[in-house]
Amino acid sequence: MVEMFAAENGLKGDARLQAISNAIRVVPHFPKQGIMFQDITTLLLDHKAFKNTVDIFVDRYKDMDISVVAGVEARGFMFGPTIALAIGAKFVPLRKPKKLPGEVIAEAYELEYRSDCLEMHVGAVEAGERAIVIDDLVATGGTLSAAISLLERVGAEVVECACVIGLREVKGQRRLNGKPLYILVEPREIDSC
Amino acid sequence: MLQRALIFSSSNPICSQLSTTAPPDNTVFPKRNGGWIIPFSSYQLPAFRFRNYRRTLLPPLCSASDSAANRPNMASQDEQDPRISNISSAIRVIPDFPKPGIIFQDITTLLLDTKAFRDTIDLFVERYRGKDISVVAGIEARGFIFGPPIALAIGAKFVPMRKPNKLPGEVLSEEYSLEYGKDTMEMHVDAVKAGERALIIDDLVATGGTLSAAIRLLECVGVHVVECACVIELPELKGRERLGGKPLFVLVSST
Repeated sequence: MVEMFAAENGLKGDARLQAISNAIRVVPHFPKQGIMFQDITTLLLDHKAFKNTVDIFVDRYKDMDISVVAGVEARGFMFGPTIALAIGAKFVPLRKPKKLPGEVIAEAYELEYRSDCLEMHVGAVEAGERAIVIDDLVATGGTLSAAISLLERVGAEVVECACVIGLREVKGQRRLNGKPLYILVEPREIDSC
Repeated sequence: MLQRALIFSSSNPICSQLSTTAPPDNTVFPKRNGGWIIPFSSYQLPAFRFRNYRRTLLPPLCSASDSAANRPNMASQDEQDPRISNISSAIRVIPDFPKPGIIFQDITTLLLDTKAFRDTIDLFVERYRGKDISVVAGIEARGFIFGPPIALAIGAKFVPMRKPNKLPGEVLSEEYSLEYGKDTMEMHVDAVKAGERALIIDDLVATGGTLSAAIRLLECVGVHVVECACVIELPELKGRERLGGKPLFVLVSST
C-alpha cells in the first residue's frame, strides 16, 4: 500500500496546503468522547482554500486519463463533482443503502461497532474505465476499501483514492486493497484559532 | 427531499405515436408526458414537443421585489436554450421508487453525461455570476452535488443544509413536513452572516417543504435568500407557491 502526502509528493512547501489545513475546524468529542472531529464545512466557507483543494486534485488527475470520479456519500459529494467536471470525467455517487433508485451492487464494510453498506448503480461504470475515489477523510480505510471493491467488481481500474485529510499512521494497516492513497493534509489535534 | 408525482395517462397525441413496448431493464430513457421513449441515443425529441409543453406551464408567481423575474423562472423561457434538451434527456425516470405510485427523477444519469452535467452547472452559473451572491446553500444530499461547483464558479461559499446530527458544530434546526411525518434540517450557526445574499440549491422541487425549511433557516439569521434553484420541478405539486414569495428557477419542468 502506497500512502502519499501532497507535501511530500511535488507540493513540498506549497502554501496552499497550510491554508487548507488552517481552514479545517477541529470539533472535540464529536460524535462521541475522545474523537477530534475534522470539520471540513469551514473549508467550504473559505472560497480560496476550497478552490485550492479542488485545484490540487484536478492538477494531479487531469492528465491521468481518468473517466470516473466516484464520491462517497455525503462529504465526498462536496469535492468530487467539481473535480469530475474539471477533468472531463463522470461523477458516480457511492451511497448508503436504498438511496439509489436503479439497480445497484452493494458492498458491506465494518465500522467500529456495526457494519454498513455502500451501493453503486449498475451501468454507471464500465469495465476498463480508470477511476479515482474521493472522500473528505480517511481513517481505517474501511469505506474506501468498499468503494474500491464496488468499482473493481464492475471491471474498472481504481487508479488512486484521494482524500483531503488522512492520518499518517493508523493502528495496524490501513485497508485499501493495495491501492495508492493521496492525502492533502493531516488532522490537527486542537483548533489553532 | 420528498418526491411525489401522480401517475396519469398521456394526453399528448405526439406521445401516443411513440413505442409503448417496455425497454430492456438496463435502458436509460426519459419519460415525459406519458409513454416510454426508446433509448435516447437513437431518439430525437421533436421541436414541437416543447411548444406544447410550455403552453401548459403557467408563469410562476414571482416575488414582486424581484423586478428581473417578470417572466417564467425557467431556463427555457421564450426560446428553448439548446442545452436544456440534452439535460432533460439525460435524466432517468424510475417508476415506483421509493414506493409504488412515485415516479422518481434520477439525476445520477445526468452526472454520467459530462457535457449535460457541465451545461447544467453553466446554466446556473450564467444566471448567478456577478449578482453579489456570497452563499450557496445545498440541501443534503443531492444538493451537495450541484451546489459546490456553482459556489466555486461564482466565488461564493458553500453551506451544507443537513439531516440531524451530522453537522458537528452549533446548529440551528428547522422542522418540516413530509408526506407522513416530519423531518429536521440543520445548518451551522456561524456559516452565514446577516445581510449575506444566498441561493438555495437542490436537485428537485416537489412540494417545496424542504426548500421552505432551508429558506426559514437562512432568513432567521438575517440572510437574504435571492432565489431557489433546482434542476427539476414537479409543477403539479405546487412547490413554487410554498416558498414564501421567494422566486424559483428550474431547468426542467416535469409533468
